[in-house]
Amino acid sequence: MPEDTETLLSLYRTMVTIRKFETLAGEMFAAGKIPGFIHLSIGQEASSVGVCSVLRPDDYIMTTHRGHGHVIAKGADLKKMFAELMGRKTGYCKGKGGSMHIADFSIGILGANGVVAGGFPIAVGAGLSIKLRKTDQVAACFFGDGASNRGTFHEALNMAAIWKLPILFVCENNCYASTTRTSYACSVEDIAVRAKGYNIPGITVDGNDILAVREAATQAVTRARKGEGPTLLENKTYRRRGHFEGDPQKYRNQAEVAEWEQKNDPLFRFTTILKKKKILTNELEKEIQEKAETELRKAVKFAEESEFPKPEEALEDMFINP
Amino acid sequence: MADRVMSSTAALAEALHEEMSRDETVFIIGEDLIAHGGIFGQFKGLPEKFPGRVIDTPISETAIVGAGLGAALTGMRPLVDMHFADFVTCAMDEIVNQTSKIRYMFGGQVKVPLVIWAPDGAGLRAAAHHSQSLEGWFVHTPGIKVVIPSEPADVKGLAKAAIRDDDPVIFFQHKKLFSKEGPVPAGEHIVPLGKAAVKRSGDHVTLLTYGSGFYMSMEASEELSKMGIEAEVIDLRTLKPLDFDTIAQSVKKTNRAVVVHEACLSGGFGAEVAARISSELFDYLDAPVIRVAAKDVPMPFSPTLENFVLPKVEDVIKAVRQVTYR
Repeated sequence: MPEDTETLLSLYRTMVTIRKFETLAGEMFAAGKIPGFIHLSIGQEASSVGVCSVLRPDDYIMTTHRGHGHVIAKGADLKKMFAELMGRKTGYCKGKGGSMHIADFSIGILGANGVVAGGFPIAVGAGLSIKLRKTDQVAACFFGDGASNRGTFHEALNMAAIWKLPILFVCENNCYASTTRTSYACSVEDIAVRAKGYNIPGITVDGNDILAVREAATQAVTRARKGEGPTLLENKTYRRRGHFEGDPQKYRNQAEVAEWEQKNDPLFRFTTILKKKKILTNELEKEIQEKAETELRKAVKFAEESEFPKPEEALEDMFINP
Repeated sequence: MADRVMSSTAALAEALHEEMSRDETVFIIGEDLIAHGGIFGQFKGLPEKFPGRVIDTPISETAIVGAGLGAALTGMRPLVDMHFADFVTCAMDEIVNQTSKIRYMFGGQVKVPLVIWAPDGAGLRAAAHHSQSLEGWFVHTPGIKVVIPSEPADVKGLAKAAIRDDDPVIFFQHKKLFSKEGPVPAGEHIVPLGKAAVKRSGDHVTLLTYGSGFYMSMEASEELSKMGIEAEVIDLRTLKPLDFDTIAQSVKKTNRAVVVHEACLSGGFGAEVAARISSELFDYLDAPVIRVAAKDVPMPFSPTLENFVLPKVEDVIKAVRQVTYR
């Protein structure tokens, strides 16, 4: 698929922003500035950016506990994200959600979900609503390899298939579900083969190759917009951080992590391609990196200067008509 | 317009006809809706009148509720049919973790205009998987409203109010009461959520009830009247938000309260009502608050067993005589 320079650079910028956001969030968590738990997506940027870059602002996404990258790729406000991660009143959810529950309904982010596989049925509803309202929107539902073993996966894919709903089921197979290896927990090597059971296309791609992800996602989106139904897209990638920050990772050795980092980093791979094509020079690379850092510093400053919610605000926002 | 006499089933169908005509974002989703008009025939006529807006699903409770939720988040106003209230258990993540929490968890960004319609209750010899009264679980779940009408007029009025409400509502309707008839106002008849109704006045005791317990309480009240005991019967209609003002007003007058429900006793909604009356109205009470409820076992099949487990009119009479010392 031929891509123009501006598009390629835009993909690169978003990947850089996600990588730096996640790295910074990890440092801030370690420094005690972010309460609770966070789950980072470092090493999975090609999947988030590849898929979201082929969506329109009015398309929907459902994301997961490991969802920072998806929402940034869909256009989320970094200030409101950091404020939410830090439990501030100015955050996306006024401090009621935190890292695992970022949503922005104004740009189609129907929310991150703290329940593994909790997004599937809701994505079916978004797809059904699109069909009933007769628009040409699509919904992308991100999930991990672990989620494909839950019953909601089966119910949702079957229902989406019989009604030909405009949904991309995007599996990020990152080799681990929490502390359990995918090879132990899944009956198949490629999650995408499960699509056969629903009579829909299943595509497995190198999830660390952003252009491959983009091409596959484009196919799936085209099919969905034409009313031909859902696609199961599997992006093979690797979870470089622990399940959560602070995970002692007794279930794997660090040599495995280092190998992926050194030999199969999606950002490094894309950088190499762009440099080979002479689209990215060292100067431009530096400029993009610095710009992302400045933006993130501003976002963190905004969050740090924001107030915590007042305790009694815990009683607000439940019902519209109490 | 004069009230017509109709069944609860007909009252629900009328509410849906009216709301679907009024608002094209309203649709119904669930199992066995089109050919059968709903498993109890409760949606008869709707599939023909509103083609494409009554949607048959596979047997996939999780995806059915999730589909309703996802549609509610993106501009629609769905009514999800649970088939039997017992099957909420197959969709608890979607009801408890998702539907009930989404608005709050996301800081009030979005409205969730979803109605989950759940036919509940025992007495049909349907045994343990098709007879439960599970309203208490959802009262204990912040973020979802709990509605449970008894009479046909309330079925219509509360169904219309629930569909128009921008918050999620679980709407229980007792299976055995579908054929019960009563006067129902024609046209625009709305019963606001969160309002109880005093359906019989009396000075000696307050009966707090809902669903099938309402009919039991009314029957018991007639018997009690013959003994010179006049019961005030309050049909709670909505359990959350609870209309405690109406409860308090009555208990301050009668100084005695009995809670009557078909759900089993321990941890049931009666415990909540009894606790609130005891803590907020202690000085007005002349007797402890007593609960009339089903026994704490799964619902058995054989008629002799089921009859024994379910609360009866005589149990209500006995409880009232206990609190009135008569």
